[in-house]
Formats: sequence, C-alpha cells, structure tokens
Amino acid sequence: MSRTYTPAMSRMQTLARNPAVIALTLALALAGCANKKNMPNNAGDLGLGAGSAATPGSAQDFTVNVGDRIFFDTDSTSIRADAQQTLDRQAQWLQRYPRYAITIEGHADERGTREYNLALGARRAAATRDYLASRGVPASRMKTISYGKERPVAVCDDISCWSQNRRAVTVLGGATK
Amino acid sequence: MIKKSLLHALAVAASMLAAFVVATPANALVEININKGNAQPLPIAITDFISGNELGAQISGVIAADLQRSGLFAPINKSAFIEKVSDPSKMPRFEDWKVINAQALVTGRVTREGDGRLRAEFRLWDTFAGAQMTGQQFYTQPENWRRVAHIIADAIYKQITGESGYFDTRVVFVSESGPKNARQRQLAIMDQDGFNVRMLTNTKDIVLTPRFSPNRQEVTYMSFEGQQPRVYLLQLETGQREVVGNFPGMTFSPRFSPDGQKVIMSLQQDGNSNIYTMDLRSRTTTRLTSTSAIDTSPSYSPDGSRIVFESDRGGRQQLYVMGADGSGQTRISFGDGAYSTPVWSPRGDLIAFTKQSGGKFSIGVMKPDGSGERILTSGFHNEGPTWAPNGRVLMFFRQNAGAGGPQLYSIDLTGYNEQAIKTPAFASDPAWSPLLE
Repeated sequence: MSRTYTPAMSRMQTLARNPAVIALTLALALAGCANKKNMPNNAGDLGLGAGSAATPGSAQDFTVNVGDRIFFDTDSTSIRADAQQTLDRQAQWLQRYPRYAITIEGHADERGTREYNLALGARRAAATRDYLASRGVPASRMKTISYGKERPVAVCDDISCWSQNRRAVTVLGGATK
Repeated sequence: MIKKSLLHALAVAASMLAAFVVATPANALVEININKGNAQPLPIAITDFISGNELGAQISGVIAADLQRSGLFAPINKSAFIEKVSDPSKMPRFEDWKVINAQALVTGRVTREGDGRLRAEFRLWDTFAGAQMTGQQFYTQPENWRRVAHIIADAIYKQITGESGYFDTRVVFVSESGPKNARQRQLAIMDQDGFNVRMLTNTKDIVLTPRFSPNRQEVTYMSFEGQQPRVYLLQLETGQREVVGNFPGMTFSPRFSPDGQKVIMSLQQDGNSNIYTMDLRSRTTTRLTSTSAIDTSPSYSPDGSRIVFESDRGGRQQLYVMGADGSGQTRISFGDGAYSTPVWSPRGDLIAFTKQSGGKFSIGVMKPDGSGERILTSGFHNEGPTWAPNGRVLMFFRQNAGAGGPQLYSIDLTGYNEQAIKTPAFASDPAWSPLLE
C-alpha cells in the first residue's frame, strides 16, 4: 500500500500550485490504504482544517510538499528508489532552510519481536541519516531515535498497515545547534 | 507491599519450621510425576482454614486456585465434603475423604496473635496412607494473607510433586492502555495469580522489557525518558531510579546476571547493536560482541558461565551461545524461520524462545546445544517467554489478530495447560520473579 502513497506524492509535486487540493488528495490516499478510522498521526499537519497554503519553509511545507517519511520493505533497511526521491527532496529543502535541526525516527512493523525491532528501527534511522548526509545535509544537524514497533501509525492487522509502519520519519526540530 | 524486614521474618519463620514439621516418611502413595505431560490432576480436598472470620475460607480459596491453575491438582468441591473439620491438628477421619476420592487433604487454622500478626498453620494429609505428609506454620502481617496462602500452596506442590513451587512469586510487566497508535505504557507488578497489581511508573514515557534482579528487590528495564532510550534500574522498595551506564547510544534489552552484580544489554551505535555488560559496583563496562549485525536479547545460564543471545549476523535472527566473556560464539538454532528472545531456564536444561515461521509467532524450547526443539504454542502473535522459577511453566504475551492489544498467558513446559492471566489492562513483556529462598 505504500506504493499508492508514492504516486500520490509525485502527483502532489505536479499540483504544487494548489496545496489545499494536494493536502486533500494525500489525505484521501492515506485514508484509503489505512484502516478508515486510523489516519496517520500527522493528518493534522496536512492542512485539512486550516485549508490554507503551507508557508514555504514551514513544517507544514516540509510535510505536505516534500514528504516527511519513507517506507521500507519487510525486515529491510535498504533505501528504496521511491524513498530516494523523497530523501532527495528532503535534502534540497533542508539545505534551503538551514535553520532546522532534524530528528530521524526509525520504526518497524509489529511482525517482529520487540528487541529486534528496536535495533531494526535504529538501523533504518541510521540508513536514512547516512543517505541525507550523502546528499549534503550536515551530520551535525541530524539526530536519530528508534521507536521499534512501539509507535505504529496504521493499526490494522494486515500488510496494508504493516507497510505503512515500516518507516523513517524526518521530524523538524528546533534551531540548529 | 511486603517490607524487607517482613520478608526476612517470613524467611526465618520458614527456616524454623523444622521443629513443627511432623512429617511421616513419604510412602509415595500420593505423588505426581510432572514429567508425564498431560498428567491426570490429583484430586485434593482443601478445607476452609478454621478462623473466627471469612479469612480462613479466603486463604483456602487462594491455595485451591493456585493448585488448580498448575494443572496438576483438581480441588474437590467443598459441598462434597463429609467430615466437617473443627480441629485441624487432630487426625481426620480418612474414610470420609477416601469415599469422595480425595487423595490428599489440607486442613489449617488462622489466628490473630497478641501483637496483631496472623498465625497460619496447615497440615497436608495422605488420605489413603492415613498419615500426615507435612505441617507448617507462618507468621505475617494481616495484609499479607494472600502471600501466606501462596507459600502454603508452594509447600503442598513441593511435597506432592517433589519440585519447588512457584506460587509465592510476582510478575513485572508492561501495562498497556489506549489505542494502538497512541498506546500508553507503564511498568506494573503483580502476584503471579494476577492479584495485587501495582503501577511502578506513570504513563509519560514508553517503558519496555522489565526484568527482576535475583533478589527480587530491583527491576532493570528500558525507558524513553527524555527521548533518550536507555536502560534503567528501579529499586522496588524505594522507587529510586537510575540510568545504567553512560553509553553513547540507545541501550536496550537488559537482564541481570545470576549473581545480580551485572546488567547485560545491547548498545546501538550507527545501526549496529552489540552486547555489553556493566558491573553495578565498579561501573566498568565490557563489550562482548563486535559485529555489524543486530546482537540482542542476551540471557545468562543460571551458573553464569554462558550467555544465549539472538543475532542476524547470518541473515535472519538466530540463537547463539557464547562464554560469559564473549568467547566461542556458536549458532545453536537451525530450524526454518527466525528465532529470537532466548531465555535460559532457571534449571539450566532448556532455552525458551520466540520463533517466527510461516507467518506465525510461536513459543518454543530447545536444549542449550540447539537439539530437541519443541514448539509449545503457536498463533498470530506469541512473544517474549519468561520462566517460572522452577523451570516448569512459561509466561508470555499474545496478541490475537483483530484484538486491541496483548494479554499474558502461561503454559506448562509440556505444552499443556495454557492459561490466560487476567490483568486490568492490556499487558506485555512479563518477567517472572525468582522464588525467595
């Protein structure tokens, strides 16, 4: 189901002049692949309530127009091609707005044991950090944390949810140290 | 909460029992061979302890529930009893008990001492041999009446099976509440039968994988406090907490060494997880594995000489055994699927694990050399076994597909007698306490 997410992301790029429509499209795409009542936890950041355009350089701009998360295959820490595109956009954006420090959260789906998933989430966060570093984001701006399987966004008991939970999320923090 | 002085008093009381015990030579009429798997439970009559109030019946109720849940005993319904025991120190009318097929009989009395303490005494009778098997007495504060009942149940279990019991134990676990995508977690502690639940932390931070120290006074666990996931130590009596070590990355999956002197755990750095120990006295840390893999879930053998852990160094997660100094790391699991969360039995003879295979999560055991693998239970998601101190029963957590959250279960080593343990909220990551010696 993450594959339906990715086209939504690229369509979003082409429609960048109308962020409200984009936000709605993205939200629908997410709602479609998640369990209906289980929206991603950043749904509130998608501009639905406000219906306003994301200010360039804002956290909302990052989440909506760049994409704050990438997805992984089962038990894998490889950065997929679709994820590389997202991270390339993240790297460009972060270089344009150097005031942000970031925390990269690594997550795993629930189909693993607790301790291993903590380590797997850490590996995913590290792989994401290394990729961003290779695209010019200074390591000093980046922190990583693993939540293992403890912070799912999609809560159903099948692959449509598990694929959304295997993720690394780039969270904008405060000022660069 | 039981205070240390009281624990001590109980221990002393237990050690002074010898004088009171009027044991007859075990003539092996009443015994249970618990190695036989689905053994026929032994019919046992547990009379209400004589007391001036409802406490006598409450104590015998706890004893009966413990023995029944073990799967090895079948307490007989009290309405079938013929003899009404009025003096538990007198020889019972064995014919009255034989006729209802009670193989064993428990009688007892509970009284209040002048200083306010409870005095509980019991006798275990072999009805067919017509003799007392054992008799003991205990003193305690009235609020610990359940604990005394568990101690008596352990004594009965031991007398009849020849194995140590596990009823006077506690379980530390993670209590989970709220929806899955906004789950709140608290460390909690309870008696092994699910009573006396007490929260040890608030809901603010994610807490995971609590484990008892050998003396049951401390718990080591992982907390995300301050968005810094690290291993902590909690003193149960005082509530005092401290971070274990000053490591440069996430520490997780902690466990005590059998002597209680060290905490063994994983340290995550740059995506790799390796196994370290920290000596709690000297604060020195020692690195035991050094791979670019995920090495985690370390667990000592009961003699402290070896460590079992999981590693994906060969691809998927498998179980490995090494010396306590990290030497001789050898893979022991070779079956289909992934093996994780190994825990060495307190008896030393087996290692319990979680196995993922064919889309299912199972709990199983194997010998420390990897031979003799047996799956005890299998389903959508079973994880994280912990051993009862006698090495005969395992507890783990299970989440069924579509269930809102996980629950605790226990199962005999034989694979029989699976039992749900009721908790006030969802529960995971159980860790069984040792028995107090």
